[in-house]
Amino acid sequence: MVMLVVAFVSFSLFNFVGDPINNMVGEETSDEERAELRETLGLMDPIHVQFTKFIINASKGEFGISYQLRRPVSELIIERLPATIELVLISALIALVSGTLLGVYTGIKRKGFLSDFILAVSLLGVSLPTFVIGILFIYLFAVILGVLPSFGRGEVVDLGFWSTGFLTISGLKAIILPSVTLSLFQMTYIIRLVRAEMMEILQTDYIKFARARGINEKSINYKHALKNGLIPVITIAGINIGTLIAFSIITETVFQWPGMGFLFIQAVQFVDIPIMSAYLVFIAFVFVMINFIVDILYYFIDPRIRVKGDSASG
Amino acid sequence: MKYGYFIKILLAFFLAFAPTQTFAKTIKWSMQGDSLTLDPHAQNEGPTTQVSRQVYEALVTRGLDMKIGPQLATEWRTQGPNTWIFKLREDVKFSDGTPFTSEDVVFSILRAKQRTSDFKEYISTVSGVKAVNDYTVEITTSKPNPILLNQLSNIFIMSKKWSEKNFAVMAQNWDAGQETFSATNAMGTGPFKITLREPNTKTVFKRNKKWWGTMKDDKVTEIHLLPIKNAATRVAALLSGEIDVVTDAPVQDLARIKNSPAHKVESTAQMRTIFLGMDQGADKLRTGNTGDNPFKKKAVRQALYQAIDIEAIKKKVMRGLSEPAGIITFPGVNGYTEELDKRLPYDVAAAKKLLADAGYPNGFEVELRCPNDRYVNDEAICTAVVGMLGKIGVKVNLFAQTKSKHFKELKDNQGDFYMLGWGVPTLDSHYVFHYLYESGASWNRVNFSNSDVDAAIRVMEGEVNLDKRNAAIAKAWKIVKDDISYLPLHHQVISWAAKKDVNVPIRPNNEPLFRFASFD
Amino acid sequence: MDNKALTTWDKIKDSEIYFSFIKSPTAIVSSILLAIIFFCSFFVEFITPYNPFDPSSLSLMDAFTPPSWTSEGKVEFLLGTDGQGRDMLSTILYGSRISLIVGFSAILFSLILGVGLGLTAGFFGGKYEMIVMRLTDVQLTVPSILMALLVDGIARGIISRELHDEMAIYVLIFAIGISEWPQFARVSRAATLVEKNKDYVSASTIIGVSNFIVMFKHILPNIMRPVLVIGTIGLALAIIAEATLSFLGVGVPPTTPSLGTLIRLGNDFLFSGEWWITFFPAIFLVVLAFSINLLGDWMRDTLNPKLKK
Repeated sequence: MVMLVVAFVSFSLFNFVGDPINNMVGEETSDEERAELRETLGLMDPIHVQFTKFIINASKGEFGISYQLRRPVSELIIERLPATIELVLISALIALVSGTLLGVYTGIKRKGFLSDFILAVSLLGVSLPTFVIGILFIYLFAVILGVLPSFGRGEVVDLGFWSTGFLTISGLKAIILPSVTLSLFQMTYIIRLVRAEMMEILQTDYIKFARARGINEKSINYKHALKNGLIPVITIAGINIGTLIAFSIITETVFQWPGMGFLFIQAVQFVDIPIMSAYLVFIAFVFVMINFIVDILYYFIDPRIRVKGDSASG
Repeated sequence: MKYGYFIKILLAFFLAFAPTQTFAKTIKWSMQGDSLTLDPHAQNEGPTTQVSRQVYEALVTRGLDMKIGPQLATEWRTQGPNTWIFKLREDVKFSDGTPFTSEDVVFSILRAKQRTSDFKEYISTVSGVKAVNDYTVEITTSKPNPILLNQLSNIFIMSKKWSEKNFAVMAQNWDAGQETFSATNAMGTGPFKITLREPNTKTVFKRNKKWWGTMKDDKVTEIHLLPIKNAATRVAALLSGEIDVVTDAPVQDLARIKNSPAHKVESTAQMRTIFLGMDQGADKLRTGNTGDNPFKKKAVRQALYQAIDIEAIKKKVMRGLSEPAGIITFPGVNGYTEELDKRLPYDVAAAKKLLADAGYPNGFEVELRCPNDRYVNDEAICTAVVGMLGKIGVKVNLFAQTKSKHFKELKDNQGDFYMLGWGVPTLDSHYVFHYLYESGASWNRVNFSNSDVDAAIRVMEGEVNLDKRNAAIAKAWKIVKDDISYLPLHHQVISWAAKKDVNVPIRPNNEPLFRFASFD
Repeated sequence: MDNKALTTWDKIKDSEIYFSFIKSPTAIVSSILLAIIFFCSFFVEFITPYNPFDPSSLSLMDAFTPPSWTSEGKVEFLLGTDGQGRDMLSTILYGSRISLIVGFSAILFSLILGVGLGLTAGFFGGKYEMIVMRLTDVQLTVPSILMALLVDGIARGIISRELHDEMAIYVLIFAIGISEWPQFARVSRAATLVEKNKDYVSASTIIGVSNFIVMFKHILPNIMRPVLVIGTIGLALAIIAEATLSFLGVGVPPTTPSLGTLIRLGNDFLFSGEWWITFFPAIFLVVLAFSINLLGDWMRDTLNPKLKK
């Protein structure tokens, strides 16, 4: 359903936002050539035929030709998909691992100097726009220290269906700055979430009971408390994959990362409708999938979480 | 604690990757844009030609000194006013091993004349081409063409066999977004071949072992083109050693790059003049507020001219790297004189008076269209102009956008007041008049029309007597300069920045030739 | 907004909140900082002699003047000038005003939309509530920045270019506002559900007070606290979102730059030694967002302990 709505929105984009032909050709193009181009692009058909065609093509992954780059959009998306996916996955991993570690620490040592410091920094992290962090990192690590590359993916290995930067040293080096930049916002979010969960769980009866039984503190903190605290964290982190994909637009722009976000932002500036609508459909697809998986997870893990999740946000 | 591990892992990471290795055999080249297509006839555009030039060759070509010299043709002569005979080099093979013959030349020139080719206008005077024998080609023109060689230097020769095998007989239809094998693959007779192509990300050129010529430095075996759109990132990449040479170094960063002990900067006057156009044809400005067209009056045009402090632009915006211009052509072009290149003085008081006398004591309003990614600091120049014209009461609204839209909309005749830059690849004034001043010419967006100038252009095209021809050029320049049909700003100076030990000779047309590159 | 803020403010004054404010140094410091920033931004005409938005008042020869305390600095330009000769300090203040206007309007827009929907949904329940809540779920999964980019992209296509520059700021407000409303909707619905079952509401309904009056006169004031908390934190988010969009080049036009636009323009001079052109706007933006976040954090802890998560 959602996909149909999104498909219709992107289709409307195609049809009502200016005449694609005028976007594509110059003044010197004759009327005949224009008509020919119109025919080639299937713009002569009635609207409902066009919409059906659009749906059929979209389900096949075809979105027409980019106005700006004059290449099939599907090809452009596929070419750039691996870059974005790799960036987002690494960032999610960094955010999850370091966010959990810091969150647990601040959750246990509630009153330490380090805890206060981490929390203050995390608040600062929320106040620092991603692009400012990115610029700072480039200046510090690439220009002043010269240890990490400032742009691009480095050497990539083409596996046929996927081009990966994980198999070369320059590829691995190149992903450090963008992924850390992208992960920071999520990380602060997870720190706070984990901290709250930890504080809540450590107050529960069964932890008090465990403590009374003389189980050592480490085991309580990490084995019992963390395990329970992690369930909502992982689901939320899952949902936030979508957010990471969206925020990768900024990171990719700052680091000239050849992913879909970079493609999209250039498309917005150029009003390159085919790319915009394809990206829209793609993102919608990702969100629908994520929501679907999370919904299933909810029921599998613990029905209580659903209830709790609702009241917590209220 | 857990941090300990985390920090250790991070440290290990840094240490393992810290010593950046540089391979002395690859030159990593960066600029703002990328080639739009590898099809050598589909787009007549800067970066596209720069990429094609490394792979493809033409009958004749400009060397480092910018003089036309032999390339695939060894010698040529004219037979009567309209016929040219070219003798071809006999030891040339394409990089796939096919021998190069006159068939390929005939095929390529006809291909460049097809409807889908972007070079069809460029060689519109070529009316016929035929193979006399395997290594002789005869080209006929519809009228005497003194600049045919210049034009042919930009028509790249493809392999007929390769094109037929890969269904690339037609030039790629770029406007329709056509996909062709030739758009993503290149196979020519040049010093390099393309082994990897990721548009807008990376293009790898490897040495073509079958090339007939000799490299300046045999150590140069690979070129990687890594386009970086953002200027600051491009400079960061150069300074951090990820890039060896940048062919469009931002002027504001030149001092910083020069300060780096590992880098060097070279600048040269580019064959391009930047100017502003004012539509004098429209009865009413599209973006004006006076209900008429002030640009129709020469006094208004002169007022704008004298209100622009070109030296301030040179000093602050261009950081000294520009040559203020009086005409839209530069030293080295046939017809240029220093006398013509003198500017009217900067004089705000005079400008105000001119404006008042012309009937606009309170100025008027107009929109200025600018590209923001085409010329050196284009948008900043326009912003400066907005401020300067504001001082004489002309309220200018700036509209800056990406080059492809800017040019397209100009061609669609949408601009009242706009910025444009003009290069002269043929190094002859005719190229300027033919496109910018001739009545109804494709880039004559100021709608200038003067029968004397048109007549002079006819003389430039058909007159074989050089003295008579040059007299016509001088006369035409005088007319258009006195008329202030355009507001010339400056001749652009380009700067290339590179690592100290990497030498890529700078060229006034901004086109690197990596066969002349070398390592120290 | 003013009225609501004032009434809440009056109530706050006599409460434990006022007390806790006095006790919290971070709250005081951040409020003072914000007060200064707001004052300077909104009364900038009276503070600086320059109007950076009037190109004819600029002199290109002043361009790239470093801050006044450096050796080449000039007294008349405290924080130096940018590439057009604009005084950095006044440009930042003018820019900050635009950022604040966009931020406030966007939050106000999403507040009205979100509270309106949440309140009615909680009050009327049924299918309507289900649809609204489903909408918020969907909207919540769409990241704000993406939503804003899409709205802007579509606007660029629909609105003619001449209009777009003038409309840019409204488009921006709408784009940012539209992505923040679900937060308000959720909170106000939850709070409405609680209030709805209280005696005074059922009493009013029984004596025939119209639904509209019950909702807005009785329930609304009682849900203002959590809404205010979310609004404050949302304001910081909105300001950052605006800066980000302008940085990406799809925000307000460079002729009337916001803080994000200034950072983007200054970014070109990052390596050329003119650090002040990008550094000062960036610091200003961070201080602004950080102060709002600190205040929001404090408000969350004080006003609504339930929201701690």
